[in-house]
Amino acid sequence: MVERTVTIKNRTGLHTRPAAMLVKVAAKYQSDFFIRKDSFEINGKSIIGVMTLAAEQGATLVFRFEGPDEQEAAEAVIALVERGFDEE
Amino acid sequence: MKSDEPIIIEHKPSGEITFRGVGAAPGIAVGPAYLYSKAIPHVEMKAVAPEEVESELERLKGAVARSEKELQKILAFAELKLGAQNAKIFEAQIMILGDGILMGTIEERIRHELHNAEYVVFDEIGKYKKLMLAAPDEYMHERAHDVEDVMNRIIRNIQDQKLFSKLEGETIVVAENLTPADTVIFSRNQILGYATDLGGVTSHAAIISRSLKLPAVVGLRLATRHIQTGDILAIDGYSGIAVLKPEPATLDALQQKAQRFRHFEEQLVDIARLEAETPDHRKIELSSNIEFPEEVEFAMEKGTAGVGLYRTESQLLAKGTYPTEEEQYEVYKSVAESLYPQPVIFRTFDIGGDKVLPDSTREQNPFLGWRGIRVMLDRPELFLTQLRAILRASTKKNVRIMFPMVSKLHEIHSSRVLLERAKSDLRAQSLPFDEKMKLGVMIEVPSAAIIAEDIAAEVDFLSIGTNDLIQYLLAVDRDNSSVSELYQQFNPAVIRTLKMIIDAGHKKHVWIGMCGEMASDPIATVLLLGLGIDELSVNPAALPEIKKIIRSVKFKDAKRVADKIVAFSTEEEIKEYLASIVKNKVPEIPLE
Repeated sequence: MVERTVTIKNRTGLHTRPAAMLVKVAAKYQSDFFIRKDSFEINGKSIIGVMTLAAEQGATLVFRFEGPDEQEAAEAVIALVERGFDEE
Repeated sequence: MKSDEPIIIEHKPSGEITFRGVGAAPGIAVGPAYLYSKAIPHVEMKAVAPEEVESELERLKGAVARSEKELQKILAFAELKLGAQNAKIFEAQIMILGDGILMGTIEERIRHELHNAEYVVFDEIGKYKKLMLAAPDEYMHERAHDVEDVMNRIIRNIQDQKLFSKLEGETIVVAENLTPADTVIFSRNQILGYATDLGGVTSHAAIISRSLKLPAVVGLRLATRHIQTGDILAIDGYSGIAVLKPEPATLDALQQKAQRFRHFEEQLVDIARLEAETPDHRKIELSSNIEFPEEVEFAMEKGTAGVGLYRTESQLLAKGTYPTEEEQYEVYKSVAESLYPQPVIFRTFDIGGDKVLPDSTREQNPFLGWRGIRVMLDRPELFLTQLRAILRASTKKNVRIMFPMVSKLHEIHSSRVLLERAKSDLRAQSLPFDEKMKLGVMIEVPSAAIIAEDIAAEVDFLSIGTNDLIQYLLAVDRDNSSVSELYQQFNPAVIRTLKMIIDAGHKKHVWIGMCGEMASDPIATVLLLGLGIDELSVNPAALPEIKKIIRSVKFKDAKRVADKIVAFSTEEEIKEYLASIVKNKVPEIPLE
């Protein structure tokens, strides 16, 4: 299991387009992917779930990956968030 | 507190009722009403026998596939009619249908709980809807409606119901409110027009019906409670009224009015190519108010001389979030390019008041609160992003910028500092822009009107926003039915204030425009001309008639009219006098 705390950097937060990108990247890996915000956890491979998070710029989320390729999945997904979803 | 009771102008013994609303799209339509209620499909929890599970799953899959097909069609149609940016909401709905985790959970639950598909869809997707509604911001509430739309669509398809089975023949769609999706879908049927309880001139339904050229009356409050499917309804989008069960005489009058307008419009086709110039050669810059790039074409067809007000906040309302610099730049560039060489004035985001921000806070008194330039100065990052995007679109030198809700000089100084910063950012990145882009300010707060001369000394132009100016000047909320009668466009205090602003601007040699609703009112044209206005920015549909009036009245006569009116002391006198002038000088104009 890989667990990391990330901060949303892009200005518009995890709204529809970044949410879709996040789900798309996560879907490339076999590992399960969960996102926790406060005490609330959703499946990171579900677009409706990620939309529900309402994570704005500056929000702190805990990403958890579990599965055979958890390391690679974590790197790819976190890199996307760090890049601010290539906004601007 | 706003009252929800409909404003009934007249209730005749025959049963005819006339409701007052807001004319959102011009035109007159008469036909049977179709009452569209967003009733949630009836969902019952039923047990499914283990051997029926597979066929239940098939029903679900079939329904999801049909829903996706429907949404793809709506998306394609919306992209065509509304542009890619505004069609994005439907893309999000399609993504939800393709959510493997969500659909997997629903299938699992049907299999294990042995419940019917529509119940599980209702329960599972409903959870997300509730979570979104619990979020504090408006943006998430809008998304909750999207989620609900998708949920209802799947359920309806599981139940194998057709959406508009009752919609036969030509009807007027009557609804509490219409989402962009509703408006677009309905427009594929034989729709004569729309009438809604909620919404204003800038609501989605209003904008879409204008672009579809269908009459619409919105803001009828709870009028839908009085109307039933099949009732004959007449809507008049010119004056914003709806008449239920009209008497033959009323119908005659409305049809004659429609005829007059049609006749007049036909006559005016050729005027599009002519100048907005008085017989004694006073030229007026007659331009348009628009909010979406797609409206440019219509305005150009009607012979606009540019865009005098581009409401940039429409991007926020469409998207539900702040657009990036690139997204904004694309919009501004395409508008500036399609208008070139004619000019466009981009008004920076006018948010707050009745135009809600994605991250709005509730205010006790929003119209006296955090709105317009106040918001932008408090959010310099947001402001700088927009300033850079507008500057970048200015390379062809036909772009102007304007700030809303300015109430003191200091706000102009602070805005200029940010504008200079945006310019040096762009220079640092070697991005080209118009170094001499013209800058203007909206005069819509009484304090700004009073110091108009000082403001004019600092800017290149002023544009009078009459809607807010009148509201603030007369202390009347025109959406409040208890006092809306006091909202008087031709109140002597309003007229004298207009004169003061125009004279102050001219003293400092800047041009003065007007982009409020008054500019589109044919009764006001002669007066505004006479007061010396240089530019009128109007609703594009009103361009031909306003131009016709300008071309029919000599500037020197208009000045005489204005001089006389400034001395009048009641609105009734002023209106009566102005109407008589229009009737006399331009008899073909169909006034009320």
